[in-house]
Amino acid sequence: MLYKTFKGGIHPQTNKATDKKKIKPLPLPERVVIPVSQHTGKPSTPIVKLGDKVKTGQKIAEAEGFVSVPQHSSISGEVKEIAHYPHPVLGRDALSIVIESDGKDKWIKRKKHDYTKLARSEIVEIIKNGGIVGLGGAAFPTHVKLSPPKEKPIDTLILNGAECEPYLTVDHRTMLERTEDIIKGAKIIMKVLECDRCIIAIESNKKDAIEKFKNLIKDERIEVFTLKVKYPQGEERQIIKACLKREVPSGGLPMDVGVVVQNVGTVCAIYDAVHRDIPLLERSLTISGSGVKEPQNVKVRIGTILKNVIDNCGGYADGAGKIIMGGPLMGIAQYTDEVPILKATSGIIVQTEDEVSIEEEQPCIRCSRCVDVCPMRLLPCEIASYAEHHNFDKCEELDIMDCKECGSCSFVCPAKRNIAHLVKFAKNEIMSKK
Amino acid sequence: MEEKLIVSISPHIREDISIKRIMYSVVVALLPALFFSIYIFRMKVLTIVLLSIGAAVGSETLCQYLFKRKITITDGSAVITGILLAFNLPPDSPFWLPIVGSIFAVVIAKQLFGGLGYNFINPALAGRAFLMASWPKIMTHAWEIPTHGTLSGIDAITSATPLTVLKEAKGILADPLSSAQSIATAKQALFQLGSKTSLSNLFFGSVGGCIGETSALFLLIGAVFLLVKKYIDWKIPLSYIGTVFILTLFIPTGINSLFHILSGGLVLGAFFMATDMVTSPVTPKGRWIFGIGCGAITVLIRLWGGYPEGVSYSILLMNCATPLIDIYTKPKKFGVVKKKATTEENTKEKERLD
Repeated sequence: MLYKTFKGGIHPQTNKATDKKKIKPLPLPERVVIPVSQHTGKPSTPIVKLGDKVKTGQKIAEAEGFVSVPQHSSISGEVKEIAHYPHPVLGRDALSIVIESDGKDKWIKRKKHDYTKLARSEIVEIIKNGGIVGLGGAAFPTHVKLSPPKEKPIDTLILNGAECEPYLTVDHRTMLERTEDIIKGAKIIMKVLECDRCIIAIESNKKDAIEKFKNLIKDERIEVFTLKVKYPQGEERQIIKACLKREVPSGGLPMDVGVVVQNVGTVCAIYDAVHRDIPLLERSLTISGSGVKEPQNVKVRIGTILKNVIDNCGGYADGAGKIIMGGPLMGIAQYTDEVPILKATSGIIVQTEDEVSIEEEQPCIRCSRCVDVCPMRLLPCEIASYAEHHNFDKCEELDIMDCKECGSCSFVCPAKRNIAHLVKFAKNEIMSKK
Repeated sequence: MEEKLIVSISPHIREDISIKRIMYSVVVALLPALFFSIYIFRMKVLTIVLLSIGAAVGSETLCQYLFKRKITITDGSAVITGILLAFNLPPDSPFWLPIVGSIFAVVIAKQLFGGLGYNFINPALAGRAFLMASWPKIMTHAWEIPTHGTLSGIDAITSATPLTVLKEAKGILADPLSSAQSIATAKQALFQLGSKTSLSNLFFGSVGGCIGETSALFLLIGAVFLLVKKYIDWKIPLSYIGTVFILTLFIPTGINSLFHILSGGLVLGAFFMATDMVTSPVTPKGRWIFGIGCGAITVLIRLWGGYPEGVSYSILLMNCATPLIDIYTKPKKFGVVKKKATTEENTKEKERLD
């Protein structure tokens, strides 16, 4: 059978060793570090002081403007510090609120909503106040995605269950364990967007999830699409192309072609926020790689320190050498394991030293393997060569700004050139000049 | 963690592929043709090939040492240059010929331009062109009759390559001063060349020719291996050979199209030299154009040029056009909508009016 897909892309070994392991809630952390910036957009502003007693779910930092989200305390206890701590994505110390647990996990008062009785704007407000961002990795504030301007009507909602990054299985498990919640969440989003088509897009290696959805969906507006196993199938533009054959215009957004894409984990968070009044204060993630003793899927409170999570997974295996936050293709290597789990942390992969391949770069032999796999149909090898010579004008001529940094080019390069890295460097240079 | 963490840039996994593996796969793919060549032309061929490889690798090492570059001879690219150059030489070549050719190929065509990845023309073909220009007699008249089978019946010209026979026969036919007897011989030669026996000889390799180009079959065995491994792109050989086939089908050449495909160095050139990654376009559309260009020039040279064979010059010429082809065949990027094109047109329009 021919599955839906896009042109280009790569086929890395999937290494999904944890797809049969249930998501295990980890014990409450004794201390959480919650950075005020965990999302794309302006950092939030702390609204608590040192020594304040906070409850689980209490707002501790307020959003700054529209493209920003608030932060919530993920445990109950006392604010111990508001200081700069290592940040896993920014790569430097960032303002964070440190809360020490009182061990009681006392929650704020919650009230259940019936979304059918809420106005669309009220739902968006709940989602914004719930601090919800895209859980797939990009951490874009969800309420912004759910507020398209009037002139851009949305006709299709795509739930992204592709999970194309190797190792990661958390979306797969979430789809199996919270199938009903995802369907309900989808209905909430469809109401907000006033669209009456929803596609749940899942890669063909998750047959059980596809079956489960097909059995449980009682709404003819919702369909399940099976996608080909390929990276970066879960990239917004590629999944839209695969499902609907529409291409998001260069420099545009999915809403320009009438589509909103939401990660399945985000949909669960939306369901929790609207139905159960629980802000985004915990998330599931995959802990995997041969550098961890017991690879598994876990549910942790936001702000839990990475090291504690690993300790709860049996600790590091012998020879562990590299910690990657996110998947192995787009994830970020950490310089310390004292970083917190963020809202958008979909996984932690620990590689052993032998697995880490840092090979010497050789000259480009123009084999064009990168051209063949580039999902944005660019010329990565040429862009990288110009970036290397700081010829950024030429990079722009070759549409460098359309690159989504998926890293497929570096993956296939026989000369082991760091093409994606050169592209990111040039993009930064170009943006800083503007 | 006690020891220091390794921090490096994403992606953190890489495909199990390297330049070395691609290069040595090409070497392996050339072996069937080499073994067959040794079988029909005896050990002298092996000596020529080894001398050629030795000169290529040696001069690459020396260059990199003198230019204070990193010594990278183990990557296998010089070995390929050596083999391909030898494949383009007559089996009766004097032993200094492959050495001179390889040195020119590696030093002038490759290292002076910056080494692997920076040469703009195929080094082996550049070496062959240099030898052709310097010692044309040796390069074209040192054909030996293969020990296993000949083009029977045309004794006077059996030692020439089939393409030379074709060229000479057509020359005789075109010349009004030719005697009736020579016209008859030429006609018979053309008939012989186009016959099934001749075509099967070309395919299995019992004809005169360069070391590596006699047997299409053994070259194809290696080519299939590279195609399956995806180390060469099928677009170039297909468009190259396809163009030659179609052009010779429609232009009256005095002989059938299959002869044109199987004779000379077309199979060797299309699968092993035109597909050289460094000197061919990187864009999919560019590769079609590259192959078609190679095919057209080959036919042009074979039918109306001064040389009987045009494969090497056609590839060299298209090598030179590669940067230009790449510029004009940039793929249409993801998400280009009509709206943007019109704004571009508008600005162009404005510029024109200004």
